[in-house]
Parts: sequence; structure tokens; C-alpha cells
Amino acid sequence: MTPSLPQAQKALATRARVGVFIVLGLLAGAFFRSQVSRSSDWLLQSESNRLRSLTLPAPRGIIRDRTGQPMADNIPGYSVSILPTEPDSMLATLNRFREHLEIDEDRFQRLAERVQAGGPRPVLVSVDAPFDAVSAMEERRTAFPQLLIEARPKRRYPAAEVGAHIVGTVGQINEAELNSPEYEGVEPGRIVGRSGIEAQYNPTLQGEPGIRFVEVDAAGRIVGSFRGVRTRREEPGSDIELNVDLDLMKWIHHIFPSDKSGAVVVLDVNTGGVLALESFPAYDPNVFAGVVDPADWSLLNRDPEKPLYNRAIMGTYPPGSPWKLAAAAIGLETGAITPADRMPVPCTGTFTYGNRTWRCWREEGHGSLDLAGAIANSCNVYFYQLGLSIGLAQLLDRSNRMGFGGQCGIDLPGEGTGDFPYGVEYWEERRGYRATEGEVLNLAIGQGPNAQSPLKMAQFLVAIARDGSAPAPTLYRDAPRQEAWRLDVSEESLGEIRNGLRQVMQPGGTAYMSSLEYFEILGKTGTAESGDGRETHAWFTGMAGRFGGPAEIVVVVLVEFAGGGSEVAAPIAAKAADYYLRGRYDIPRDTIQTLREYQFAGRSTAAWVERQRR
Amino acid sequence: MKRPLFPWLGQLPFLIPVLVLSLFGVAMIYSAGVLNIPSPITQGLWIRQAVILAGSIVALLVVSRIPVRWWEWTALPVYIVAVGVLAVTLVIGTGSGTAEGVRSFLDIAGFRFQPAEAAKVAAVLALARLLATRESSPEYLRDLLVPAIVIGIPLALVMAQPDLGTAMAFVAIFFAMIYWAGTPWPLIVFAASPGVALFLSFNTIAWSIGFIVLLIGLYLYRYRLYLVESLSVIVANLAAGALAQPLWNSVVKEHQKNRLLVFLNQELDPQGAGWQLIQSKVAVGSGGILGKGFTEGTQKRLNFLPEQHTDFIFSVVGEEFGFLGTSLTLLLFGYLFFRMIQIAEESGHLFAGLCVFGILGTWMTHAIVNIGMTIGVFPITGIPLPFISYGGSFLLMSWLAAGMVVAMASDRP
Repeated sequence: MTPSLPQAQKALATRARVGVFIVLGLLAGAFFRSQVSRSSDWLLQSESNRLRSLTLPAPRGIIRDRTGQPMADNIPGYSVSILPTEPDSMLATLNRFREHLEIDEDRFQRLAERVQAGGPRPVLVSVDAPFDAVSAMEERRTAFPQLLIEARPKRRYPAAEVGAHIVGTVGQINEAELNSPEYEGVEPGRIVGRSGIEAQYNPTLQGEPGIRFVEVDAAGRIVGSFRGVRTRREEPGSDIELNVDLDLMKWIHHIFPSDKSGAVVVLDVNTGGVLALESFPAYDPNVFAGVVDPADWSLLNRDPEKPLYNRAIMGTYPPGSPWKLAAAAIGLETGAITPADRMPVPCTGTFTYGNRTWRCWREEGHGSLDLAGAIANSCNVYFYQLGLSIGLAQLLDRSNRMGFGGQCGIDLPGEGTGDFPYGVEYWEERRGYRATEGEVLNLAIGQGPNAQSPLKMAQFLVAIARDGSAPAPTLYRDAPRQEAWRLDVSEESLGEIRNGLRQVMQPGGTAYMSSLEYFEILGKTGTAESGDGRETHAWFTGMAGRFGGPAEIVVVVLVEFAGGGSEVAAPIAAKAADYYLRGRYDIPRDTIQTLREYQFAGRSTAAWVERQRR
Repeated sequence: MKRPLFPWLGQLPFLIPVLVLSLFGVAMIYSAGVLNIPSPITQGLWIRQAVILAGSIVALLVVSRIPVRWWEWTALPVYIVAVGVLAVTLVIGTGSGTAEGVRSFLDIAGFRFQPAEAAKVAAVLALARLLATRESSPEYLRDLLVPAIVIGIPLALVMAQPDLGTAMAFVAIFFAMIYWAGTPWPLIVFAASPGVALFLSFNTIAWSIGFIVLLIGLYLYRYRLYLVESLSVIVANLAAGALAQPLWNSVVKEHQKNRLLVFLNQELDPQGAGWQLIQSKVAVGSGGILGKGFTEGTQKRLNFLPEQHTDFIFSVVGEEFGFLGTSLTLLLFGYLFFRMIQIAEESGHLFAGLCVFGILGTWMTHAIVNIGMTIGVFPITGIPLPFISYGGSFLLMSWLAAGMVVAMASDRP
């Protein structure tokens, strides 16, 4: 063993000390830089690491009918989402979800794509998870990192099919909408109105979602709420009260033939408010309240009966006889006729114009009629001549000005426009031939290139029932009133038209059997060619009120491919009117309402006999 | 000279920082177990660490009484046994925790320990014996050949586990000890040059510059070198440059590559290999000056920190005690290292001094690399922080080494 030189060792030790000092000093300097100079950056990052903002969905406003009954409300529901983290682990969690939640293959694939696309927001798996599935997953929390269960109010439509086409549906906001300016600031997963009132008044109904911050761990599991950052409470949407009467609509569902398609519209004459608006067949909007099952959707969408289609406002049908009232109004407006005028050629069952013979529906003919008589008897020959005296150009011009080629302005999305020739050019441009004056004959009786929605006809009837003006039909009680219809017809002339309508419901009239004990109905039946050789569409357009009083409501019924208006449509209209007006005048409601039903049930028809005597 | 009955009494300035660091470690391991969502892995580990610490203190009391002479006698047998056990470990060893794929643990009758930890002490003893028996300081490169082999054998075995971190400790032992043996610094540089070249070779220009500098150095130092030595250094450097790429592609494991690449570019893979580094930096940086408070670190509580009770325990220190905690810990380590240098200096006994320097080399490497990696100053290598990180055999061996230092300090010839 060689003892080392102490001198040399001392030097080595000193150098070693310097080395240790420098290395540790540099390290301390690095820590100073990180923990003192730049600490705030790192602090921010550690906050963003562990805080996630969650949106608290706001409950949508409740939609009620005029009596306060809910047509759309909310029930507690649970949504299940995956918090964002690495796609692989999200995918694994999604896979495990399937043990508890029903996720079909299609939906799973779409969710998997969303997960793989990444992004800072939770991926919504289900907005409508059953309670037991939610609680089962909650119990196995550790097996479900990134699981986020939120109370999310779920839309419910207590009346199911009744009013379905009015209230409409909701659905999750889609990718295209998220990028549109209309939905700026709306987060993915928001439930928005898709159709009906839900869509029309979505901004009013949707409310403002709240924001909550939660602390999450590295695996994305929520550890607790975080109070350091202010949370924003959700603001529920505003309720909306509609003009409709839910009980009336239920009644209409009850009386409308279950195997038929069609529409029923009931309007309030005074306000233009929609009391009922039903389209058949209907569907249950509750199907759309959760995550829409594509199978359900396509089933409804592909149904040949088109239950999603709102026939009352979108469907257009040849109006047939009810449109004679429009011809009459135009004739009066233009001064082509006065109510007392009779046509030069009395009805003999046929009318010859040009080299063609035009038929009246009654082969024996009606003889010479004044306006009211022509309306009461629906005499084609009278209206052929009326049309000729108005002239094609003028008829088209007036009809369009009255609004038969446009919308009613109802506060529902997707209203169709009437289909009516916009001018004489129409035949050349659309049909490929020059219009002859003969076209006016067809148009005057509601045939030819003319198709109107039940709502349009109802709005027209409101104008007849009033002073020639009709407001736009509105569903929302507080919707701004707008005058949409203006007939330039004197009160006397309108009275004559109404007289004609009154006669329809009197003995000998086509709808006498549908007249009522307590209320007077004025109406016009219609049996419109449907084309394709199928059964005719049955129309009834009418107004009802107390005997001797003004008309209070307008009822329009259309039954597709159902035959004659007087047999099929008129009773429905009468029973709907009776049901509603009895409610208004506190008369006990009854299922035996029309004359026919009284006779059938063996009840006393004394009221009718009494009325005849007067 | 008569040996004192309680040699450690005289070495309190050295032992107090060791004890303080160890107790601090137990506290930090306790804190590492305080999570928002408790994990069965880290909970209650501090109790185990405390028990092992108590055992380690007893072991120190015993070991510190062993005279220097005994250490010299047993150096070679201990070394041979240690290398043998290392070799056996390669065959029947098991992995642990996150390092499941490696063979670095031995499972004997329910006790698990890492033979590499013992091998470090054994290598220190063997090398000290080898260097102390020389009549003079190493003057030529060939004088370093045998010492290099003595270290090279266990180093190779540890590399094969593979455990790069511990392998680094062996390299540190070698250089710390040849330094204390009085090797001229140019020789140390030449000896280190192939290793440096290995890293430089990832950039051809860097490697070329290094190589030219080396050639100049060799030329200036030519009178003190045999031609063979000079040529060996050149060949070794060339080989390092040529072999780096194939080594990288074949021997270096995927996770090791990732760690190194992430060290060079931290934004490379923030969700994968960069995750640990980024989260550790966030933890340390967000600690600020005073920290978030004991057990209150959010990065740790919410499980963002990886290996928060072992390799990244210093991140917890940084997060919960801030710059105050990190600088005090560094200060404590610095004081400990200064004491060890002083012990070596005052021992007046080359073997003793060499032993102390060997231990100093491993501790310092562990401390600097471990602490440095928490803020990205060093690449992530899975090596623990002495006295503080959780780990039974590492704590025990550190205390045994401390006992050896006490023995060297108190038994003066």
C-alpha cells in the first residue's frame, strides 16, 4: 500500500468540490428558471390539465295548449358521454359501455369515428340512458374511466300522436348546423328543435346551458367539482302557450277514420288562432326524444303513408267545390256578378262552350240559380259561366292576389305554397300549350291546375266568415298578428255567400245530415278528383257558431281518397265543431252530435223540426 | 489505532444529511400515496420504506464497525460473488412494476432484491483494491485497462438486463475512482472519448469535430502515450462512430429510443413518451417558489405524474415544496457530497478514499441524473434518487454504502 501524497489529494479534493458545486449549482439554476421565472406558465398548464368544463343542458321550455295542458315537457333523463383522452382508451371504454347500453353496430361505428377524430369535448354516447344502466355503470366506476353521466332533461310529449305535427320533434344538433351562423355558440350534443313549434320557436324554447368545471385525473375520471372558477347556472327555456285546444285535437283523433289519411284544421275566426291542426296518419314524437334510432327514423320516413308529412300545411289537394266560393268572391269583387244575378244559361245538366260539352254533377240540372242557390247546390253550370264572365286573366290575377298561390304565414316551418297558375303564361311554360279561355271553366269549379292545402282553405273560410279579411293562422299565443288576406267584397255579398253555405246544411243541402242541435254550421262539401283514377278526396270547409250569431270557428276537413265530402268529411267537421263549441258554451259534451247520429241513436230530433218550423 | 465503539458518533456531519434525506424520502413516499382516487400500488408504501429504513440504520451500525483491513481482504471474493449473482440474475431474474420485461430482481424466499445494487458496492471495493495496490498513480492508458475490465464485467451484465441507468452508475464509479487515484485528466478524457463519440455520432458533424479535437489532444499528449494506446483511442472513437447507428437499431430498446428522442425534442410525442416528461415539468414548474403544500400537489393527486413514488419522486418534491424544497434538497445533497470529499481527503488512506469516491460517484450520478430528468435537463433513465425514492434494496444498499463510508472515515491507519 502506498500512502498517496497528501498534497496531490488536497488538490484533487478541491477540484472535486468545485465540480460538485458547479454541477449542483447549474441544476439549482435550472430549477430556479422553471419554478420561479416561468412558474406561471406551468401553473396555467397544470390547471388546464385537470379542469374540464362541462355544459349543463338547460331544460327546454314547456309547450302548452290554450288550457295549460302540456304538449311537450321534460322528464329527468341521463346522458352518457366519454370524456376526451387518448383515443385508444376512449375506444376501450366505449366498448365496455356496450355491456350496459344498447348501442347498435352502426351507431358504434359512428361513435368510434368521433372518438378517433379526437377533440377537446366529451363524446356523447347516449342522451337517453335507462336508469338501471346508469346506476350499474356508476357502481363500476373504476371500470369506466372517462365516464361522464349527466342529468339531462329529456323531452316528453304527453299527448303522443295528438298534436304531433304541431309540436314537432327535437334532435341532436348535427355537424352542418354547428357550423352555421344560426347556431353560433351552440355546443355539440345540444338538443334543438327539428320540426314544428320545437323548431319554429327553438330560440325561445332552448334556454341557455350552464357551465360547470370539474377536476379530472390523468385517466380522465372526474374527481370532483371545482369551485375555483365560476360556474354558470343553466337558464331554462321559456314556456310557450299555443292557441290549440288539446282536448279538441284528441277528439279529432278519436273521430277521424283510423284507416284514412288526411287533415283537419280548426281556426278561431276572431283571432286566426289555430285551435286544432291535425294530420293523419300521425306519429309519436317521443320516438325522437332521445338519440334517434336510425331504424325507427327510416321506418317512419319510408312509411308509404308518410306519417311525418304534415298534410294540413304541406299537402296540397285539388280543392274542388269549396273553391267555388273563391270564384264567387272574385266575381263579386270584380263586379262580374251581383248576388242576385242569374246566369244567362240555366243549368240543364250540361253546358256547351267552344266545341266541348261541360257537365254539371247533377244530370237533371239545377235550373236558373242565384249566387246563394248556386253555392248551395254547387252548380257547375253557374260557375262555368261565372268563370267566363270574370275571364281567365282576371281570375288568375285575383286568385293570386288573394293568396291562393302563396303561403298562409302560419308559424310552422315547412308550410307549402298553394299550387295555382301564376298567369296565362303558365300553360305555355309548364304545359306546353297556349291557354284557351276554356281553362277558366275548370278553374272556376276548383279543378284544373289548382291545388291547395287544408290550411289555405281554412284561412280563406275565415275571410268569408269575417269581413273579407283574415289574419295569418297562428299557433303561438303571443305571435305577432299579421293580416294576410284581404277580400274586397261588400258585407252584403259575403252575407250572400254565407247564405249559400247555410243552405248546404239545411234540408235538401248536401250536408244536412251533419247539422247540429246546438250550433249552426255553414259549409261546403267537396269531392275532388284525385287523379290516377283513385277514389276522390273528400272535403268539407265550413264555419260554425251559435244560431243567429256570427261564425266563431272555421273547420276544414280533408280525407284523402275517401269518397264524397258530405258522407265522409262533413260529419268529422261537424263533430269537431260541436265538441269545441259545447266546451265554449258549457254544454255537456256528447258523442251523439249530428242529425244522422241522433236519428241512428233514436234520439229526439225535435230541435231540427222546431228550426224548420221557424 | 484503536477503533471507537460507536464510529458513527464521530461521523454525524455525514450521517445527519443521510438520515434527513431518508426521513424526507419516507414523508414524500407517504405523500406520493395521497391520491384523489387511491391506488393500491402506492398506498401504504411509506410504512414499508420506514421499516426498511429502520433495518438499514441497524445495518449501518454493524457495517460501520468493520475495519478497513477487512474490507480490503473481502473485496475480491465479494466482487466475484456479486458478479456471479448478477450472471445468475440474468437467467432467473424477474422484472418489477413498470419494468416488467427486464431481469433485474431476484426473488428469494419472498424477498425481492436487485443484485445490481450490491454489485455496485462490490465493484467499488474491487476497483479500490486494484487501484490502491498500485505503486503509483496510473500514468498510461494501459494502466486503466484492468480497472476498466473490473468495472466492465458487471457493467456488461447490468446492460444485458437491460438497466441503462444502473450501468451509468458503474461508468461513474470508474471515472470517480480513477480520478481519485490521481490519473492525469487527459487520460481520463481519452478514456471517456469513445463513450462521448457514441453520442456525438448521431450528428456526423458533431462527431467529426469531436474526432478532430481528440486527434489534436492525442498529438499534444504524444510523449506520454504509447503509439498503441493512441491508435486504440482512435480506433475506439472510429468504432463508436460507426457502431452507433447499428447499435441504435438493434440493441437499444424502443422505449429507450423514445426517451432519448423526446429529450431532444419534447414536443415530439406529448401523449406517449413525452407524457412523463411534460407532466413532470408541469408538476415541478407549477410548484412555484413555495409549492402547493405537503400532499397537496394536484399533478400528483390526479395521477398525472408517472412513477411518483420512485423515479419521479423529486417532481412531487418540486410540486409540493416549490423551489424552496428543491433547492434545500440540492443543498443537502451538496453538503453530503462535500462531507464525503472531505472524508476521502482526510482518510490518508488510498483504499479508503477510493471507496468513498466510488460511492460518491454513484450517488452523485443518481442524484444529478434523477433530479435533472424531472425538468428535462437529462433524458429519462429509470434510476432512483438515493435515500428518497421508494425501493427496499436500493435504500438498504445506500445505507450499507454509507456504513462503509463511516467505516473508512473512522478507521484511520
